[in-house]
Amino acid sequence: MQKPPPAPPTILGRGNAEGAKLVRRWFEELDATARAGGPSAYVFVMGSFAEVLRCFDLPLVLPEINSIQTAVRHVAHEYLNEAEDYGFSPDICGYVKADVAVQLRRGEHPMGRIPRPALAVLTNACNTYVKWAEIWERMHKTRVFTLDIPGTRAADRKSPPGSSSFENDRRYVEGQIRELIALCEEITGKKFDIDRLRRHLGWSNEMNEAWARILELNRGKPSVFNALTDGTIYLGVSNALRATEEGARYFRELAEELALKRAQGIGTVTEEKYRLIFVGVPCYPIFRRFNELFTEWGGSFVCSTYLWFASGGANRGFRFDLDRPIESLAEGSLLSVRDAMDSMFLNDRVTEEMIEEFGIDGVVYHPIKSCRTVSTGLADGRRALMERKDVATLFLESDMMDRRVVSEAQMKNRADAFFEGLAARRQREAAAAGG
Amino acid sequence: MAYAAGVDVGSTQTKAIVIDEAGRIVGRALTDTGANVIAAAQEAFGIALRDGKVREEEVDYVIGTGYGRYKVTFGNAQVTEISCHARGAVHMFPKTRTVLDMGGQDTKAIRVGAHGEIGDFCMNDKCAAGTGRFLGAASSALEIPLGDLGPTALRAERAVKISTTCTVFAESEILSWLGKGRKVEDILLGVHQSIASRSIGLLRRVGIEPEVTFTGGVARNVGMIQTLEQALGMKLNVSPDSHYIGALGAALFSLDHIRASRAPARAGGKA
Repeated sequence: MQKPPPAPPTILGRGNAEGAKLVRRWFEELDATARAGGPSAYVFVMGSFAEVLRCFDLPLVLPEINSIQTAVRHVAHEYLNEAEDYGFSPDICGYVKADVAVQLRRGEHPMGRIPRPALAVLTNACNTYVKWAEIWERMHKTRVFTLDIPGTRAADRKSPPGSSSFENDRRYVEGQIRELIALCEEITGKKFDIDRLRRHLGWSNEMNEAWARILELNRGKPSVFNALTDGTIYLGVSNALRATEEGARYFRELAEELALKRAQGIGTVTEEKYRLIFVGVPCYPIFRRFNELFTEWGGSFVCSTYLWFASGGANRGFRFDLDRPIESLAEGSLLSVRDAMDSMFLNDRVTEEMIEEFGIDGVVYHPIKSCRTVSTGLADGRRALMERKDVATLFLESDMMDRRVVSEAQMKNRADAFFEGLAARRQREAAAAGG
Repeated sequence: MAYAAGVDVGSTQTKAIVIDEAGRIVGRALTDTGANVIAAAQEAFGIALRDGKVREEEVDYVIGTGYGRYKVTFGNAQVTEISCHARGAVHMFPKTRTVLDMGGQDTKAIRVGAHGEIGDFCMNDKCAAGTGRFLGAASSALEIPLGDLGPTALRAERAVKISTTCTVFAESEILSWLGKGRKVEDILLGVHQSIASRSIGLLRRVGIEPEVTFTGGVARNVGMIQTLEQALGMKLNVSPDSHYIGALGAALFSLDHIRASRAPARAGGKA
């Protein structure tokens, strides 16, 4: 690898600081929209179609990120309780319930006021999205547009680009995108400008390219970012600022910072003893502490399925063809949403690939009470992986929102035992190698 | 002669084991944990020393284990009870490949290697069903001492089906069976079968590979041993010292440390 040009040392740490600043600013803008009574589009992390919506100057609200913010700011229980008092069962997705409370509070949120949705755009990547959007439909008479993305649900990734079945699926998605454009024109009264779509797709291209490069940088040792903690900041920016010039610049600069860390051998922990994969959705109620359960043993999360399925497909580094923007958006969306679904439903295959590519010592599964979509297959995925690979795994059950089912003492006990097992395994391997 | 020790501070009881350089148990102790975890650990360690006629300064290394392991303030290090039960079980029964540890508040299924190393493990989550606490609820509801539950269950003719998975609701279900006129023995066997069923679920998640060693406080219950053996269709390794196996594992890890390098004098006060 060619050494990057010398950069001032100040760029180290820039990505996290700048990322937090950008997300704060995004919420400030949403707050201003809400106070002015302006419209917004509610979208989701697994396929936001931000490129289209930005052509109509619709501010993007990501309810999943709103809900996460209530958890990391330790107020999620207030929102969850309010939704449960309203009638939602404790078993319902925590993201949905926190959002319902935000709506009941007329947009009041720890990061500022959230505007009402004029439009909700969703895909079938998560079955809860559909029912969630119906709540806004009832509450606010929100126009809901659901894109039906055909998934493969096939472990060998059938229907690749170029095949006739893929082309059929792509045309199906393209037709839906054209319907979405017409709906946006109707709602906003603005005429669609295809050159503007090209510009937004171009910025997404830059972001996707940098995102793929960033993920790749963690293949080297030591890892230059923590996929759980740092990665969540990156995900926030990638979703909030997708298809914007600022988002593209952020990821370009982030790739530059992390390449410098790679060149200088600067890792995320003092001594990286164990390289780990995180499978599932993070434990936001004790976000930092959860990570410490691993870093205090020298464990570092070098990659995660979360960075795959919640990045809107940016991980694939897909390049939209600006000469045929709508057709290409359909192709990219089909691939990325399908990939997001595969990362969840075929997690064992994705994880197996990661083990080889990233030099992994252990896999940590975090099934959560709130999300059956992500969690249901994890036990099977883990078993399937362990049948094929001699790799240590840890299964920690808690939640991404609800602290009532997060038991830190139990999690620490299991994490400690996991590392004791990893240490013993390493000793045996060293002994076998005569080391 | 140097000695090694392990102190297992569990949710219900605290166990301590002192072993000699050959790994033989020379002293043991079993006390209730209670509210003062530090005192319980010190008390158990003191009793084990006296039981083995070992002076405190002769013990070169102490490892704490169990939920209260960080409260073994006089110890040198901490190791989880998962690792300790695996290690202790293989020491006691060298052909052990699966361990079922049933304690007061949790039940663990552990798949182990030939040297006691952990292959995989699984524990009950968020709920005490399938643990000793379930038996505690039965003991309370039926007013039968814990130690008599197993022998009473073995006199059953036709077990009732305990359907609840909640330890708290189990008491009301037991009372409802009493109300229907079912025999105490039949109800108790149902309770044992219910616990066995949940524990076997955990075992299946890690894979049941013979030999299976049953450890923890509940391993003293003959009714539970027999119920598990019938459900699994195999004999279980059970030692009279089964409830000490976590502490034994901790003591063996202490001995490893002594053997690897002569440990410095323990920092910490008297037990």
